Amino acid sequence: MAKTVSPGVLALRKVVDDVHADARKAHAEGRLVGWSSSKFPCELAAAFDLDVMYPENQAAGIAANRDGEIMCQAAEDLGFDNDICGYARISLAYAAGKRASRKVDLETGEYVINPNSGKPLKDENGKVVIDPETGKPKKDPKTMVPYTVLDDIYEIEALPEGREKELRKAAIKPYRQMQIPQPDFVLCCNNICNCMTKWYENIARMRNIPLIMIDIPYNNTVEVADTNVAYVRAQFDNAIKQLEELTGKKFDEKKFEQACANANRTASAWLRVCDYLQYKPAPYSGFDLFNHMADIVTARAKVQAAEAFELLEKDLAEAVKNGETTTPFPEQYRVMFEGIPCWPKLPNLFKPLKANGVNVTAVVYAPAFGFVYDDLDGMARAYYKAPNSVCIEQGVDWREGICRDNKVDGVLVHYNRSCKPWSGYMAEMQRRFTEDLGVPCAGFDGDQADPRNFNEAQYETRVQGLVEAMEANKAKKEAEAK
Amino acid sequence: MSIYTLGIDIGSTASKCVILADGKDIVSKSLIAVGAGTSGPQRAIAQVLEEAGMTKEDMSYVLATGYGRNSLESVANHQMSELSCHAKGAAFLFPDVHTVIDIGGQDVKILQIENGVMTNFVMNDKCAAGTGRFLDVMARVLEVKVEDLGALSAQSTKDVAISSTCTVFAESEVISQLAQETDKCDIIKGIHRSVASRVVGLAHRVGIRDLVVMTGGVAQNVGIVQALEEELGHTVHTSPLTQYNGALGAALFAYQKYLKEQKA
Repeated sequence: MAKTVSPGVLALRKVVDDVHADARKAHAEGRLVGWSSSKFPCELAAAFDLDVMYPENQAAGIAANRDGEIMCQAAEDLGFDNDICGYARISLAYAAGKRASRKVDLETGEYVINPNSGKPLKDENGKVVIDPETGKPKKDPKTMVPYTVLDDIYEIEALPEGREKELRKAAIKPYRQMQIPQPDFVLCCNNICNCMTKWYENIARMRNIPLIMIDIPYNNTVEVADTNVAYVRAQFDNAIKQLEELTGKKFDEKKFEQACANANRTASAWLRVCDYLQYKPAPYSGFDLFNHMADIVTARAKVQAAEAFELLEKDLAEAVKNGETTTPFPEQYRVMFEGIPCWPKLPNLFKPLKANGVNVTAVVYAPAFGFVYDDLDGMARAYYKAPNSVCIEQGVDWREGICRDNKVDGVLVHYNRSCKPWSGYMAEMQRRFTEDLGVPCAGFDGDQADPRNFNEAQYETRVQGLVEAMEANKAKKEAEAK
Repeated sequence: MSIYTLGIDIGSTASKCVILADGKDIVSKSLIAVGAGTSGPQRAIAQVLEEAGMTKEDMSYVLATGYGRNSLESVANHQMSELSCHAKGAAFLFPDVHTVIDIGGQDVKILQIENGVMTNFVMNDKCAAGTGRFLDVMARVLEVKVEDLGALSAQSTKDVAISSTCTVFAESEVISQLAQETDKCDIIKGIHRSVASRVVGLAHRVGIRDLVVMTGGVAQNVGIVQALEEELGHTVHTSPLTQYNGALGAALFAYQKYLKEQKA
């Protein structure tokens, strides 16, 4: 049976598609297109009507499309260490002009199919068809794809007009994240991570374009001090000045206020959508939230994003009323998934969870992007609080709050090789989760973008162990209740 | 008439089986020194049945564990993680256990046990340092048998620090110690301390409570056990059945599952 997609989800997909289409159009028309870190104040760019793309989302999309490894390797060939964040490596390779392409035969113009790709061919009874010559399953030609090769957009552009140029240009993978325009400026706010600073500096130097930087120091206290707010406010003012110089336009306060109102409305709707995971069983999975990250990051200041999340909220209310869920299995256990998913291995990540009836009902993104503020000081305070710029007390508090509200039975922690600051304090957090919440935790090694850092067998054992510990914990609690 | 259950533990370096009668008496056991993806599992099963004078049909329930557990779907009634099976086996051998340290071929596991049941655990990251494989590599470099490491370390008279926590770099550290003609026994003790400090660092994440039990093949190495005791400040208990602990736990779970199914 075909999976039905709710109107809210369709609207959210359209919002992201439009953001990409608008940026491609702006670039084609010679207007400026910027690249921005995920938690740079989008309200500022919106006040200047600038089209902005988000390399973190782009890298996640490239990784999910299985091109993370080739792009990471391309960055390593450019001299970037493989210890650097996978998103950064993918983005730096892309900024350098590297593209994942389909291998094309320049003589025939045909794509060269990889014989090792594709799924087994099945007969009308759903049985795998065996090739009598090899004794191995036959491949379904419809699922076979061309070899992936690395190409270079600047090399292609330097070619004389003609067949080769056309073929190589057309061979670049067509999905939207491999088609975003090169940047004319970069907007960097290092509240989301510190690697970001050097990542964006490198892009700016590589492309010889302006870098507008907002520095958010790590906050050792739960509250944001007034002096820190003043430091960020001053940087907002400076960023406005730089944007005025870049665009040749005056800062439009009305547009800015509208963008702030939209961002607040989107964030509020997003938080309400996240809250639906508190229902037991949940009407959807936390993995769906990961997919909606694209909207909350790329379109937070757009009214269309707010409207789409509000529509999704209605869908969810209806689903709860009707006792429906998009989770394709009965929910037996509820866990918090800590960290960014391994995008290249999403199906492998999901498989043992599905097999054991484990629904992800909590992720830490909700408070991270769902912030609402009243004024400019409030806005500065809000941007001061991102997952990697807050102290451990605040981090634990956020997570334990979601775990309690969303009634989790355990915590699955992704020790993400790409994100050292996030993974670094997880061992201590895990200890506190168990102590404070009385739930078991399991950690596994992986990476948000580089598939070389994930081992399926090790992951499966840890998930199964977590399930068995949750089972024992549940039995213990039930026995105590009797 | 007795109920017989078979526990199969297919690890990364060895295949182990235990047949239990009525969930309490060990009828037979087998160990083949190759694990998942080899002929080991089938040979271990054949051997344990032969030793017991039984056939597969005599088994009321078969439960598989270890990395190769999913390859035995046609043989086993059920699969479980080696984490719970090690906890179960350790609690059978030492009823007061609260902490299990299991060092396997490629994994280090620290299990927290409450009333004989695993309630939390922590495992090593994707690194062979501190695992059985680490000791295999070191034994090869030192040209000694892995089973002799414990006795040799007992003869150490001088502290030698093996600082690296990476198998490959620790290997070069050992080679450089050998080049300086450092006594092998001292190097081995240094290796044991290096393993122990890594394992203990992991153990502190879930907390250590007496009784501490060590399971897995590496528990046969008295040098490691001693180094762990020194690092932990707790007595570390081991059993002669240590290598069979996972399979024993699997056979115990198999018995429980069988009884549950009968009730249902």
